[in-house]
Amino acid sequence: MATHQFDGIIVGAGGAGLMAALQASKTAKIAVLSKLYPTRSHTGAAQGGIGAALGNSEEDNWEWHMFDTVKGGDYLVDQDAAEIMCQEAVEAVYELEHMGLPFNRNADGTIAQRPFGGHTRDHGKAPVRRSCYAADRTGHMILQTLYQQCIKQGVTFFNEYHVIDLLTNNGAACGVVAVEIATGEIHTFHSKGVMFATGGSGRMFKITSNALTLTGDGMAVLYRKGLPLEDMEFFQFHPTGIYKMGILITEAARGEGGILRNGSGERFMERYAPTLKDLAPRDMVSRAIHQELRAGKGVNGKDYVHLDLTHLPAKTIHEKLPDITDFVETYMGLDPTKDLIPIQPTAHYAMGGIPTNSNAEVVIDEKNTPMPGLYAAGECACVSVHGANRLGTNSLVDIVVFGRRGGKAMAQFVQKAALQPLPADPEAPARARIDKLFNSTGTEVVARIREELQAEMMDKASVYRIEADLKKMLEIIEHLKKKYESVRLIDHGKKFNMELLEAFELEHLLQLAQVTVTAALARKESRGAHSRDDYPKRDDANFLKHSLAYPEGSGVRLSYKPVSITRFQPQERKY
Amino acid sequence: MDVKFKILRFDPDKDKKPHWESYQVEMEPTDRVLDGLELIKGRVDGTLGLRRSCAHGVCGSDAMLINGKNLLACKVLVKSLPQPITIEPMRGFNVLRDLIVDMEPFFAKYRAVKPYLIEKDERPEHKERLQSPADREKFEDTTKCILCGACTTSCPSFWANPDYVGPAAIVQAHRFIFDSRDQGKEERVEVLDGRDGVWRCRTVFNCVEACPKGINVTKAIGEVKQALSKGELDPPK
Repeated sequence: MATHQFDGIIVGAGGAGLMAALQASKTAKIAVLSKLYPTRSHTGAAQGGIGAALGNSEEDNWEWHMFDTVKGGDYLVDQDAAEIMCQEAVEAVYELEHMGLPFNRNADGTIAQRPFGGHTRDHGKAPVRRSCYAADRTGHMILQTLYQQCIKQGVTFFNEYHVIDLLTNNGAACGVVAVEIATGEIHTFHSKGVMFATGGSGRMFKITSNALTLTGDGMAVLYRKGLPLEDMEFFQFHPTGIYKMGILITEAARGEGGILRNGSGERFMERYAPTLKDLAPRDMVSRAIHQELRAGKGVNGKDYVHLDLTHLPAKTIHEKLPDITDFVETYMGLDPTKDLIPIQPTAHYAMGGIPTNSNAEVVIDEKNTPMPGLYAAGECACVSVHGANRLGTNSLVDIVVFGRRGGKAMAQFVQKAALQPLPADPEAPARARIDKLFNSTGTEVVARIREELQAEMMDKASVYRIEADLKKMLEIIEHLKKKYESVRLIDHGKKFNMELLEAFELEHLLQLAQVTVTAALARKESRGAHSRDDYPKRDDANFLKHSLAYPEGSGVRLSYKPVSITRFQPQERKY
Repeated sequence: MDVKFKILRFDPDKDKKPHWESYQVEMEPTDRVLDGLELIKGRVDGTLGLRRSCAHGVCGSDAMLINGKNLLACKVLVKSLPQPITIEPMRGFNVLRDLIVDMEPFFAKYRAVKPYLIEKDERPEHKERLQSPADREKFEDTTKCILCGACTTSCPSFWANPDYVGPAAIVQAHRFIFDSRDQGKEERVEVLDGRDGVWRCRTVFNCVEACPKGINVTKAIGEVKQALSKGELDPPK
């Protein structure tokens, strides 16, 4: 047992966590905890670009970006937050450039921009070049650049520390409890401020673009403390995952001119989105693919369609899409300049998460009351700037803008706030979790429960949903949670006990899956990424509202709060 | 298909030295080596220790010796390898457990070359700095580095002298030295031109072969050597 004291703790070292650390550590004593090395974080896997209305290639402005974000999110976006994000995106991109990010450039030396799904000129008239990019490894460049700046600034890191509990006292956050993976020791971090920036939870699904480590730890740790999660029924499926593997093929492939084709070679998106076609938002394209598959129009009767880049100049593919070219060659043995690429929708992004306001303060009820000292940013948070469906590039905008705002807010808070005393025996709940796993005499195995959860969630709660499946899924989750109670670890060592870490991760996934399915069952409409076969229309009269899920007994209690609507009234969503 | 693995195991709490263990798992030919290791860990022996995250070659967690070569376990398919597939930790770092090595000395060298943009002028307000596509191209190759350690741990000069700053750190230095926006080139000379700097490189090219991102590491090191020789990194007069 060891206790550390800081002004602020940031959990997670992806884009949001590092951006917050850069801001907050200017004036406060900050530590960043990550279960990985920071450069392993999944921000590094983002490919296509970061959206900002720089207008370098053609006329653009932040209000158009905001409109696209709100419409893309099927009007569930909190518009006050989207306004902030789209305005601040422009300065955020300049700041990244100033930090050294190697953006691709136009001939005049300005940052190059390209089209992306759902990003349009003048409220939907045509695609617009808004995505600022560095080849197809923009996220890698953001992660590297922010980590480089953290080194320059001397930010304190605790690498390979797995946070498994939040500490609170007197209604305020006062630290976290973490397992040091290298030694198995439990550490208490005592602080005035705590920020979670732990990323998504895509590993609840079988086919996903998400890293093996994206198990929703931050969301689950807070939920376990009785705090709510917002809009968890909305999970984005990216249309173009490599068939069977789920590895992401960036939307920039379509931004550069790539086309989706069904089994008979037809460019089917023309029928679903006559104006934007292949550059329609992700939820629509993923649904279109599923409809083609249901109509028997998959390739060779199988459950995939093709992404066609063969008509693009080889130079474009090699210079602007080098990484995905490498993925397609490595994993499929195909040459994208000559071969069609088999793709299927892949679980990609959690729109929902820890509810926050636009300063990244965690809010804990229907009235948006903040919990003093607690912050969240990035994919684990729900501001909500993505509503029911995130636009491509906006995840990187989100982490940079709200990571920075959260870092600033936390730095200001710790200047004036008092350090809450630690609760009595702060490590007791964490120790109980560990002891229970080590002392179990059951026979269940982590990997098998996880596989079953992932396969069933893919089958019953992915692109299309229906009441009977969702109800069945809740029963399956109940059953799997019972099995989890009898999980037995083979590894009883302390040093790098990855089996223990994976057991925590599985518990988190089970809880989040239960929240996702419960909220999906209750939302009897189709909006954005949440598509109900039995309720195919959007229902603004009853469901233009955010869900809030609280733990209650072994189940989930749902509540709702209104959406912030400022500039754009809900309209029918056509592209 | 059945796939046989031979893995070099080491548990610091139990073992005095590493030992080989054999495993066999049922896999698809198109599965990754990492899928095999995950199957073994999940189904056969939960005590197997390895680092991994993205599983598609962008995070740099799972570099290891596979059939004697430094590779990312997530970037090589089992069908491309003769069996049994041998798996060992990267060479030259302390083994902490099984395939997990101590990366701290590696990151210390990374930090030593000041791997960040050094700015002396004020940043422009409300706009980006300009950079021509040609200037951007000069360091494109070295921006790809994912800090996996495959190059450094395949380098005979590093094996012979663990104080050698190593190819990965030089790649990182290159990324900034050849960036037209960087104004601190002279700040990296001491490390790069010193006794454990670039001159330890004997152009064996192992690093080029090992790099999972296809970076021409030896060329980058050569460019740094040339810049040092020509005095291009000296302080401005």
